[in-house]
Amino acid sequence: MKRALAKITGEICKKFGNDPTRMMDIAMAVQERFGCVSPEAMDEIARAVNSHRVEVESLVTFYGFLSVKPQGKVVIRLCRDIIDWMKGYESVADAMSRELGVSMGETTPDGAITLTHAPCIGMSDQAPAALVNEVVVTHLTPERGRQLVRDLRRHLDPQQLVTMVGDGNNDHPLVRSMVRNNIRMRGPVHFADFEPGSGLRRALTLKPMDVIREIKESRLRGRGGAGFPAGLKWEMAANAPGGKRYVICNADEGEPGTFKDRVLLTECTGQLLEGMAIAGYAVGSDTGIIYLRGEYRYLLPYLESVIEERLRRGFLGRDILGKKGFRFDVRVQMGAGAYICGEETALISSCEGLPGVPKNRPPFPPQQGYLGCPTIVNNVETLCCVSRILLEGAAWFASMGSPRTTGTKVLSICGDCRKPGVYEVPFGISARELIEMSEAENTGTMLIGGPCRQMIGSERFGGRICYDDLATGGAILIFNRARNKLEIAEHYLDFFIEESCGHCTPCRVGLILLKKAVHKVIEGAGEPSDLAEMRDLSNFIIRMSRCGLGQAAPNPVLGALEIFGDLSAGFVAERKPGLLPEFDLSKAVIDAEMRVGRQSKIV
Amino acid sequence: MKTVTFTIDGKIVRADKGQTILKAAEAAGIYIPRLCACKDLVPHGSCRVCSVRVNGRIQASCVQTAAEGAIVESETDELREYRRNIIDMLFVEGNHFCMFCEKSGFCELQALAYRFGITAPKYRLLYPKRDIDLSHPEVYLDHNRCILCGRCVRASQDLDRKNVFQFVERGCRKRLQVNGEALSDTDLRAADQAVSACPVGALMRKRVGYAVPVGRRPYDEVPIGRDIEKKGEE
Ligand SMILES: Cc1cc2nc3c(=O)[nH]c(=O)nc-3n(C[C@H](O)[C@H](O)[C@H](O)COP(=O)(O)O)c2cc1C
Ligand code: SF4
Ligand code: SF4
Ligand code: FES
Repeated sequence: MKRALAKITGEICKKFGNDPTRMMDIAMAVQERFGCVSPEAMDEIARAVNSHRVEVESLVTFYGFLSVKPQGKVVIRLCRDIIDWMKGYESVADAMSRELGVSMGETTPDGAITLTHAPCIGMSDQAPAALVNEVVVTHLTPERGRQLVRDLRRHLDPQQLVTMVGDGNNDHPLVRSMVRNNIRMRGPVHFADFEPGSGLRRALTLKPMDVIREIKESRLRGRGGAGFPAGLKWEMAANAPGGKRYVICNADEGEPGTFKDRVLLTECTGQLLEGMAIAGYAVGSDTGIIYLRGEYRYLLPYLESVIEERLRRGFLGRDILGKKGFRFDVRVQMGAGAYICGEETALISSCEGLPGVPKNRPPFPPQQGYLGCPTIVNNVETLCCVSRILLEGAAWFASMGSPRTTGTKVLSICGDCRKPGVYEVPFGISARELIEMSEAENTGTMLIGGPCRQMIGSERFGGRICYDDLATGGAILIFNRARNKLEIAEHYLDFFIEESCGHCTPCRVGLILLKKAVHKVIEGAGEPSDLAEMRDLSNFIIRMSRCGLGQAAPNPVLGALEIFGDLSAGFVAERKPGLLPEFDLSKAVIDAEMRVGRQSKIV
Repeated sequence: MKTVTFTIDGKIVRADKGQTILKAAEAAGIYIPRLCACKDLVPHGSCRVCSVRVNGRIQASCVQTAAEGAIVESETDELREYRRNIIDMLFVEGNHFCMFCEKSGFCELQALAYRFGITAPKYRLLYPKRDIDLSHPEVYLDHNRCILCGRCVRASQDLDRKNVFQFVERGCRKRLQVNGEALSDTDLRAADQAVSACPVGALMRKRVGYAVPVGRRPYDEVPIGRDIEKKGEE
């Protein structure tokens, strides 16, 4: 057994050229083969790639989908985002856990099935959803959950769980997924017909610097959330000293409530790859990487087939479309369950075979990114826009949207509404219009841009979706009036605590202290000073954290506090001095009783 | 070499091009508190104690390079409070019993607490359960006191050329790990730079504790950073 492990692990390493920068792929392949990356396997990998065991361990323990301890042949990851929660996560989890006879996080004694949970898996429009190995199951109910477990026990083959396939390319033989696109509104940039090669052909008639000029004139801003001007980023990379350059597509889509890239990856794959090739031509790069989140693994065979097809048709590879000397190849780098890897420097770390810890800046990626080379990282949607801009022209693109935010935006709307799904809308649309389009009723709160952006109450529903007002990377979460804002904030604090890389103090420790303060108020033990403490801690974490995660994580708390007003009366009260209101005496006594094994005579 | 000129709290400072704000300040006799930064090691940017405002934006001065004309603020009420918060947080995150810690008086965390006038932490203690690794004949690793500064990691890699340490896990579960099951599996030696790089009582040599009497330890009389400030006064 040990010999076999050493041999197979060695072969896997060799397949990736014994290259330590491919450690992600190596660890994932070992995990797939053996159900975990055991200490012995880590030793083998370290030896083969000439690294150290602790470096391998550092990688394996960082990612949610990798594990040092053995896991079941089949791993069920139930999505635990707040939207799934609202749609019945708890009863589904309970049903499945009873049927399996194990609790959350455990494996059945025969080593067959592990039941665990995952943060948002990008299926909020069809929640509750789960990943069964890489197979997505949607619209779960307790009964379907139980049936799923029974079926799995019989065949242990997740693919057999798919009895009905979704629309569009979800029906493609290489996808065969029950996921639905739920495209509710088709706009001109992404969902109009696109003739493969048309944007690229036009780009190749221009000089690289004129392609950059075209993108600048379109005033395209990054669709991943930060809204950085794409043309400017490309120009920085094109002008940076260095030989090799890289184009990376950020398909990590981890922001809770976001699923628009999932649909673009399924339906606009060609347009995306074309955008990457155009970017490559513009900045002088011959290599592209798509960083695909582990949750979207089910799309990998299809993605690779489209890459193959485009190679055959001369849209990728050498001398693209007959242009001598222009070469561009694309590989897919799989992620392994870490939200922080959506942050571009963490993403680069991950591509380099490291834990997804953000890098110190400067230098910025366009100066020194992947393997120290100038690198542009762009969101899926940004790169899809690029192909259309080259085809239709910058002026056409800039004529849409609002003055400072041009074009359209693909939104993923979910939560308390009748029509969750994907909407391509012009920038400048108001939050209220989104409520109407998605047929939401009684809306009390919205998270625009997901938890890392803004929580707004009804007084701001007139606000507009654009970078100067309500900015969003795509997520629109809708909550009705009955939902407790502070509980929403607490839920997402748990998410950020789980997903923080842990590198810097304000984020690693500050978020835990903030969560304690919020929890105390939710439990009804809050004091007015707690609200002040929540505000102070939030501002401290936002200002002092090293990367965008910590700088955004307290936003839902601040949002809830802002619209808290009327609620605070019921939650917060002055207490007698000297008391610890969060201390629950009877609970503490029960804990003590459990330990000593007899009843207390005091309470 | 090209130089740049900028100001820290109004004082004009000159720096070599590419030099960090922290180093330039130090050369000019201005002390900016720091924990994870250590001379001869590449900066880590993790503790955030060295945060300053650069043209209005908060940045870690140990990684931020000095730019021509930059306006840097360091000793403001806000930043003093924020730095204090970090020290407080590091105390409650681990288990620090200074009164019987062998590092007392030598410890940079404790010294910073004194410098900031912290007598008791302002946050509730988290009391994590952490291990002590006593397996090695010459050195021990007490995770209770580890502040995840990464100085030992970098010193072992870059100065000792050994790679004895690395961080594992993420978020609040992040912890220091050794290359093997325990410290005794590694090729660490007591004289390694990794051991002396530890700013707190986490990575310690065995059998040499309490050698200096209380009152004569480095930080008993002279606050941390005073050596740098003295240079500025000369
Ligand atoms: C914590 C965090 C998570 C992020 N996640 C994503 C993501 O999933 N997808 C994405 O495109 N950008 C994400 N970003 C933004 C990226 O860092 C980066 O700005 C973006 O990929 C740049 O591409 P764009 O300019 O085309 O938007 C994230 C940023 C942070 C701080
Ligand atoms: S802010 Fe959080 S996620 Fe970002 S570097 Fe710091 S600990 Fe890591
Ligand atoms: S053992 Fe010491 S040097 Fe190493 S990370 Fe912990 S506190 Fe820093
Ligand atoms: S000294 Fe700069 S972040 Fe720690």
